[in-house]
Amino acid sequence: VTLGDVPGVVETREAHGETTVVVDPARLVEACTYLRDAEGFDFLSDLSAVDYLGWGEKPVAGYWGSASGRDLNAPGAAGHRRVPAPKPKRFAVNYHLLRVSQALEPRRVRVQIWLDEGETPQSVVSVWPTADWHEREAWDMMGIGFDGHPNLVRILMSDDWVGHPLRKDYPIGGEPVRFSDAE
Amino acid sequence: MSTTYRDRVGGERTGPVPSPAIYEGTRIPSPIPSILQVPAELREAADILEVNFGPNHPSTHGVLRLVVELDGERVVGLYAVVGYLHTGFEKSMEQKTWWKGIPYAPRMDYVAFQANELAFVMAVEKLLGIEVPPKATWMRMLLSELNRIHSHLVWLGTSALELGAISPFWYTFRERDRVLDLFELVTGVRMHTRYFQVGGLAEDVPPGFFEQCRQFCHVMPKAVDQYEAMLDQNPIWLARTKGVGLLSARDAIALGQSGPVLRGSGVDWDLRRATPYLAYDEVEFDVPVKSNGDVWDRYKVRMDEMRESVRIVEQSLEAMPAGRWIADDRKVVLPPREELHTSMETLIHHFKLVTEGFTVPEGEVYVAVESARGEFGCYVCSDGGPRPWRVRFRAPSFVALEATATCMGEALVADMIAVVGSLDTVMGEVDR
Repeated sequence: VTLGDVPGVVETREAHGETTVVVDPARLVEACTYLRDAEGFDFLSDLSAVDYLGWGEKPVAGYWGSASGRDLNAPGAAGHRRVPAPKPKRFAVNYHLLRVSQALEPRRVRVQIWLDEGETPQSVVSVWPTADWHEREAWDMMGIGFDGHPNLVRILMSDDWVGHPLRKDYPIGGEPVRFSDAE
Repeated sequence: MSTTYRDRVGGERTGPVPSPAIYEGTRIPSPIPSILQVPAELREAADILEVNFGPNHPSTHGVLRLVVELDGERVVGLYAVVGYLHTGFEKSMEQKTWWKGIPYAPRMDYVAFQANELAFVMAVEKLLGIEVPPKATWMRMLLSELNRIHSHLVWLGTSALELGAISPFWYTFRERDRVLDLFELVTGVRMHTRYFQVGGLAEDVPPGFFEQCRQFCHVMPKAVDQYEAMLDQNPIWLARTKGVGLLSARDAIALGQSGPVLRGSGVDWDLRRATPYLAYDEVEFDVPVKSNGDVWDRYKVRMDEMRESVRIVEQSLEAMPAGRWIADDRKVVLPPREELHTSMETLIHHFKLVTEGFTVPEGEVYVAVESARGEFGCYVCSDGGPRPWRVRFRAPSFVALEATATCMGEALVADMIAVVGSLDTVMGEVDR
């Protein structure tokens, strides 16, 4: 099966026996609808975002350094053999699709889109209703807004939470301590 | 209804078992698939009562909060609030070495812990391209199936308890303890075993384990018969499960349901057979499929799965290969303890592995295993360093909870307990 006919395809990669189709975020819903209807990927296994801030660079907030000042995170210092290949944008959103009900060979494909801070992809809730909570989680944890999501509110963190914890610039152990005489 | 993997190998994939229409069309609420909204005209006409179930309620598994709107006894509105157990596993794992990340995984789904461990370890192995010895592969499969039995036993005991049947709880926990004893024997702990290691198993299988496991396989099928004898003819159990919590095959797939929930809705799908991992293509087992999509069918699927798991365990015991339990790769696997006193090279490897950890080549993989609850997926991204860049878990319980609103069509408030129970969610995994 060739997946080169996916609308808006930018690049198709094979690695570790997995197919990744990078698509143009503007044509995401079109691409997903095509994969669901024409290629039989009727099951959205997973939807998740990755923050590549600081990828291959010096560390950002929230990383450890050792007491002696040796930077454990600098490439080459803590076992990095080489600086990883650069990424096109800050965020990637991965859609892991699966064929379940079709009488075709079971197969997985990863649809990937790349976004910068503030860019919002289209919601795929209309294609796979299961994306509802996954997109809410991606918003909550990574701060990726999805256009057209019917109910894009936080899901795991409390409603009044500030920040998106899985971002690389979100500090570890940075929860503010509230004192009784403050505020 | 079900076929073995062997029947299908070489033949055409048959696709799903055609299931009778459980209901016409779709029941997924629109526009928000996970929220049942009260129609405006009903809100005008009826006296709607809003009730808050949870987050701590004796009849919900863990800390789940359900806000339901009732018209008399009828549930007309529902939404779920999750996140009370959110502990930031994914964030924490980014801070730890690959090696130290393993114990985090089983703590999410604390009932089917080994499936989580397996998915993470297999994802790391896939990136590393490391070969796992056959003994480790078969032991992993054996323990995963024991764990499936364990998970289903906990589910059966607690779900029956929630519906008022107290006796099954004592019987299921009798067998559950036997499974936990087996885990204790082989791994040293009863739960959160951290026995799967990148490259194989953490330790060799201790003497006496296989014998005790055989005895358990002898006992377990009879025990399943006992549970069924307690419930199958029980009029209360029948009345509260048959025809309750309907979910059609189409809706189940659209909502991303997996595992017993999907198979209870008539979709013949099991990752162990569809995309075999470990040694599942070398054992014979059936995939139970039921087609009514109600609480009863999910119950029956799980009962049959326990029997099938015993079959897989028995075959694993027969086929268990001898030899090493972990790959012999000094760059990834801890060296044998006794060599530390005599070999400088070994000492260096040990020190580097424990302090800095091993590095994993740059790349991203998604590995899914069939846990007791369905597709448990692990997405791992590495920048080539000693710590994961990103770890993401696809939790079947999280997805299962999304289906609550769809299953609640025309349900009474008492049915809600049966429905939520039948989806078998573990909140630790939902909130991660």
